[in-house]
Formats: sequence, structure tokens, C-alpha cells
Amino acid sequence: MAHIALTEGLPGIRGPMVFSPETTKPLCELVQVLLTGPHSLTAAEREMIATYVSSENDCYYCQHCHGSTAAQHLGGGERNYEFIAEMKRDFKSTGLSPKMKALLNIAGKVQKGGKHVTTVDVERARQVGASDKEIHDTVLIAAAFCMFNRYVDGLATWQPHDADVYREIGEHTARLGYVGRDYKKPLEAITSRQESSVKKVAGS
Amino acid sequence: MAHIQLPEGMPGIVGPLAFSPETAKPLLELAEVLLRAPNTLASAEREMIAAHVSYRNECDFCQLSHSAAAAAHLNGNYDLVEQIKVNPEGADVSDKLKALLAIAGKVQQGGKQVSAADVALARKLGATDKEIHDTVLIAAAFCMYNRYVDGLATWQPREREAYREMGEQLAHQGYTRDRFRETPRAAQA
Repeated sequence: MAHIALTEGLPGIRGPMVFSPETTKPLCELVQVLLTGPHSLTAAEREMIATYVSSENDCYYCQHCHGSTAAQHLGGGERNYEFIAEMKRDFKSTGLSPKMKALLNIAGKVQKGGKHVTTVDVERARQVGASDKEIHDTVLIAAAFCMFNRYVDGLATWQPHDADVYREIGEHTARLGYVGRDYKKPLEAITSRQESSVKKVAGS
Repeated sequence: MAHIQLPEGMPGIVGPLAFSPETAKPLLELAEVLLRAPNTLASAEREMIAAHVSYRNECDFCQLSHSAAAAAHLNGNYDLVEQIKVNPEGADVSDKLKALLAIAGKVQQGGKQVSAADVALARKLGATDKEIHDTVLIAAAFCMYNRYVDGLATWQPREREAYREMGEQLAHQGYTRDRFRETPRAAQA
């Protein structure tokens, strides 16, 4: 059960978002600017930074939402989902570009604490082609997910362990972005589960 | 020296905010809503939560600027603010605020550290769901701002005096005014 009274059936950050619309507005605008729209890093790459940090923070909901969104940006196939799982486990052994690996290294340092990022980390990223804006955005994406992860876990929100839920969230988010969405709307993957369990109870 | 090329003479977060105006807008709006919008928690109390978390994250710029903002809301009572950062249990504030500061301290360590008992205690001392929500989000948000400021190795004056004027401005004019992007006079000196 969540620490405060949140709308039933809304997973992860959606409960607090509906609870507090005045903070939801800047939170959604921030993630919209950071993760969507034109950028020298692809949307998939930026979602991977968000996923990696959320995984390091052990936030189930965030790492699966953003992992699924990244996989959808990459095509949405099973092998894309497998790639994201591998990236979380050990990004250094993946086929990601040296630049992405250097940025993920910086993101991992930010997750531990801002002061962990060294001049050497930044120099290495710059040597493999990272721009100041890419370094800035990597630091801010990583920092922002240290907020989102704490918001989601700090209120003990409901986080279903159900791949269909995250597939649906990833499909929506990759297509529609983060602002102007109706987060009160129940997810189909959740309502269909509830209906089938009601039927089971009725039939038993 | 900062890790990226930032405008000269701008302390702490002010440099990255000027570097990236498109992210500065929601970041400042979030701070304004969390710390200054009408709330059953006074702005001084919310600034103290921000200062406490920033102190625990060892972010000089954030802890000194939000300490100054809290003190500005408290007619210059820096002693209370110092106590809140180091030992909130012994500070002369309400038991409710102490319970909320304990929750904020847990959030600083990680969201999962907040226990049902922490929340039950705050509620027993009169905290509402909104106050608990806002405490968690303020603490979480400062885990972001602190990492943003330190992760880019921004320039951060270490003397409390450099933040007095900034604190007055944050307390009384807020976070979303245009003037925020100007270099504070204390930092230019």
C-alpha cells in the first residue's frame, strides 16, 4: 500500500501525478524537454540513460517504463527489449557507441552523487565526441531520475510486475511523449487483468 | 573549473540555468511551486527541508542558498537553520516538522528507505497526505538539483555572506522571476 491515499489502479508515478497536478506540470515539461524532441542524442539513447540510472537506483517502475520506451524507439521487437536488459546489466559489453558508453559512465557517477563525476570522466566523453550540451543533458537526465525514482519509491507507489503493463506504457510514451497526456486513464493491460480476475471469481 | 563551458561569474545552478534555458524553465517552476506556492507548510519550513537535504548531499551552493532563503523567511534566524541542517531533533521546531525532516533524510538515502513507521509517526503528529507528498518531492527534487550543481563542478562560493542577498531574493521574489538569471551582486564582488 502506498504511504498516502492515491487513486487506485494507477501504477508508479501516475498516482502522485494525479494527486498533485501543480507539480506534475513542471515535472512533465522537464522530462519532455530532456527525453523527446530534436537532439544530437537520439530519444532511444536518452531513454537508455534514464533507464540505466533508474536501474542503479533499483526503481522497478521507472526502469521498466523507460526501458520499454527505449526499446520501442529502437523498433519494439523482443530483441530490442533484450538489448535494454543487457544494457542495464553491463553497458560496457554492448555494441553501444564509445560516446554512449562514456555518457552512461558519467550518468552512473551522478547516480552515486554529483561529486563523483571527475574531470577524467568528462575528458573521456569529450575525446569520443560528446559535446558540452550532451554532457550537460546527461548529467541533468541522471540527476532528474534520482528525483523521479525517489518520488516513486519514497511514496511506496504500486508497481505491478507485469511486462504487458510496461509494453503498453512504452508504446504510448514513444509515440505521444510526456506532456498533454491523460494519466488518469486506466491502462488496458491493467483493466483487462482485473476483468479476467473478476470473471474467474464469478465463474468459480 | 566547471566540467563544461558555463557563463563566467554565475555561482552554482545559475550557470547551468543560463546554459540551458529550455530546461531552466521547468526546473525553476518546480522550485517555485514546491517552496513558495500557498501551502500548510510555511515557506521557511519547506526551505529548511531543502537546506537539510542539500546539506546531507554536501552541496555547498544549494545548502547555503536555501539556508539563506529559510533564514530570510525567519527574520534572519540563521541559528535555527544551522541546527535544522546538523541536528533537527534538537531544534526548536514542531514535532511534525521534525518527523517530516526525518522522512526527507530517508528520501535523501533512497526512496525505499522511507518506512510505513516514518509516515505513521508524521501522520500522528498532524502531517497531512499533501504535506507528506510535498516533503518527499522536495527531498527528491533536491537530490536532483544537488547532483546537477555538483555533477557539472560549478563554481560555488563557500562563505555564507555571499548568499545573504540571494536568500532575500529567493524568499521574497521567488524562483521564476527574470532577475534570477542575473549575477547576484555579492558574487560579482
